[in-house]
Amino acid sequence: MFEGKKVIILGDRDGIPGPAIKDCIETTKADEVVFMSTECFV
Amino acid sequence: MDLENQSRIKELAEKYDPANILVIIGGAEAEASGLTCETVSNGDPTFAGPLAGVQLGLACYHVLEPEVKNEIDDEVYEEQISMMEMVLEVEDIIGETKKYREKYSKYN
Repeated sequence: MFEGKKVIILGDRDGIPGPAIKDCIETTKADEVVFMSTECFV
Repeated sequence: MDLENQSRIKELAEKYDPANILVIIGGAEAEASGLTCETVSNGDPTFAGPLAGVQLGLACYHVLEPEVKNEIDDEVYEEQISMMEMVLEVEDIIGETKKYREKYSKYN
């Protein structure tokens, strides 16, 4: 599902933060991470 | 969703082919995860941000969903995600994310 895809990452400070998701996505066949953010819902 | 993030996502969907974009979220709870998925697919339901009324139809998955998890290196997943996977309401989060994806994403 990731092959050749541009990935937008919307992490959550109280869930899974952006950088943790980015590390994971970089091990897939995704083309590149084009945006990453960690939101805070508090 | 943060208004600045809505603005960036809108720009990226104009810059790249929306069919070639995947949004991966890491929300801590079900309602917020569903809301994020709804915002990037059907527009901002609160009508507060740049995505109000903008139906990008982007495909949105939670990082805990098996489709995503299965493509990630096991060791890295274990190191970065597994601890939170144990404390979050995984089934509820996946259920809400999937509900909005199936309803509004044009590019599953």
